[in-house]
Amino acid sequence: MPNVMIRKKDDGSLLFYVAKKDMEETIASVETDTSAAWGGAVELTDGSRWYIDPVSPPPSFPTTLRFKRAES
Amino acid sequence: MATMTRDETQALIQEVLEVYPEKAKKDRAKHLAVNDPSIEQSKQCITSNRKSQPGVMTIRGCAYAGSRGVVWGPIKDMVHISHGPVGCGQYTRAGRRNYYTGMTGVNAFGTMNFTSDFQEKDIVFGGDKKLAKIVDEIEQLFPLVKGISVQSECPIGLIGDDIESVAKQKTKELNKPVIPVRCEGFRGVSQSLGHHIANDAIRDHVVHNRDNDDSFESTPYDVAIIGDYNIGGDAWSSRILLEEMGLRVVAQWSGDGTLSEMELTPKVKLNLIHCYRSMNYISRHMEERYGVPWMEYNLFGPTKIAESLRKIAAFFDETIQANAEQVIAKYQAEYDAIIAKYRPRLEGKRVMLYVGGLRPRHIIGAYEDLGMEVVGTGYEFAHNDDYDRTLKEMGDSTLLYDDVTGYELEKFTEALKPDLVGSGVKEKYIFQKMGIPFRQMHSWDYSGPYHGYDGFAIFARDMDMTINNPCWNSMRAPWLKPAEGESEAPVAASA
Repeated sequence: MPNVMIRKKDDGSLLFYVAKKDMEETIASVETDTSAAWGGAVELTDGSRWYIDPVSPPPSFPTTLRFKRAES
Repeated sequence: MATMTRDETQALIQEVLEVYPEKAKKDRAKHLAVNDPSIEQSKQCITSNRKSQPGVMTIRGCAYAGSRGVVWGPIKDMVHISHGPVGCGQYTRAGRRNYYTGMTGVNAFGTMNFTSDFQEKDIVFGGDKKLAKIVDEIEQLFPLVKGISVQSECPIGLIGDDIESVAKQKTKELNKPVIPVRCEGFRGVSQSLGHHIANDAIRDHVVHNRDNDDSFESTPYDVAIIGDYNIGGDAWSSRILLEEMGLRVVAQWSGDGTLSEMELTPKVKLNLIHCYRSMNYISRHMEERYGVPWMEYNLFGPTKIAESLRKIAAFFDETIQANAEQVIAKYQAEYDAIIAKYRPRLEGKRVMLYVGGLRPRHIIGAYEDLGMEVVGTGYEFAHNDDYDRTLKEMGDSTLLYDDVTGYELEKFTEALKPDLVGSGVKEKYIFQKMGIPFRQMHSWDYSGPYHGYDGFAIFARDMDMTINNPCWNSMRAPWLKPAEGESEAPVAASA
């Protein structure tokens, strides 16, 4: 369950950054992204899948969240 | 020699790897790659930030070097105690030439070496009492010191000294920050983890100090320069450009920096990161905690300077944007003259770089402005995100080498025959003896600054005087030279 920092990139997409792993990836899709909640299964551009219980109300980025590695 | 094709470069890598035993070969193969600018993510072609192979000659430093030498060391109004045996502190003292203003020994301490000089009894009985005594002595001898950081060397972690409790107690007693930094040299694979640990110490002990203090008057044009270590005066030649644009530089880290500048940084409007590798952690923290955006910039060579100044100006209003154009226009005659003077002398020369964690990509633009070509580049301690940023800067089919070993770098240089190699002081004399012009690119070979328009003039001059130095024609003993009339094969690839 790594701590992940999510920040907005210049082009508006979200960057998924794991400091411990030096991992900088762009988020490809988020399961829940509404005005009420944000989270669920998250897929990155490198194909890996992560999970976070939907955060409500949606967090303001940049922020640090705890993600779980999703079973794929 | 013409630029190599992808297959030729790959063949060269294979040839160089040939001497290794099977296991080492497999590992080193992951660290050597042929560049393909179309790849988005570097992890598809190169592995970085891994432990060096035992038995090879690596050029890396340690976590202590990353913290004491790079992040904390240049902060001039604090005393940084090298806590442990005397050598680590003495051999890293002032070697990076982080310039600063101030009276050394009175209100600035940058080039001084403070160490607890561990002896056998300190290892056996612990050095906490000694540390407390040193802190008291420093306070007595240098009353203007603003704070003290304790930079741990390896033994501190091995014997388990509790420097945190000493620091906590002394912070209270002296009413000055005494900051423990757990940067023991054995942590991590290179100095990179030292940067991270140092950043975390700044996060935990410095940046939040003035959170509830609004006495600092801010303006909408406040910026901070982060990750410029003022080597040879780099930060100053960058700072004047920003100030000419109408921005107010509140803080510069850590070259010529002070503790109070660091404390004020969260109050700026934009953090400008030069050395991404060593300072991105704290920038990310300030973005998250204080909402201060950060951007990377690059002030090497006129093309990149113009690009960066425009990018910085885009964060602010139209006056700043207009000022940025004015600054670029103002210096145009100056840098055009430099390019006109040096480009004909340097056109087409080929360069190989192997430096720490940032310059192998930042400096490419400056070489290109002079008509030179970077044919190989690599980092000592970069991570994947650095290579992500490097792939686009480098030409197709050029060579990338991560944590290159002494042997590999020599072999690559022999095969690529560059006109100039830029690396550290450990490599300098090897290549000079091989007859290849060399610049020491860590501390600018005792020259500098290289940042900004003023720095570009010095950069161009230095490259010219290195490459076109007549000594490179005298590399062969006179009696070995062919008799007159015979054509002479040049020893070095230089003119």
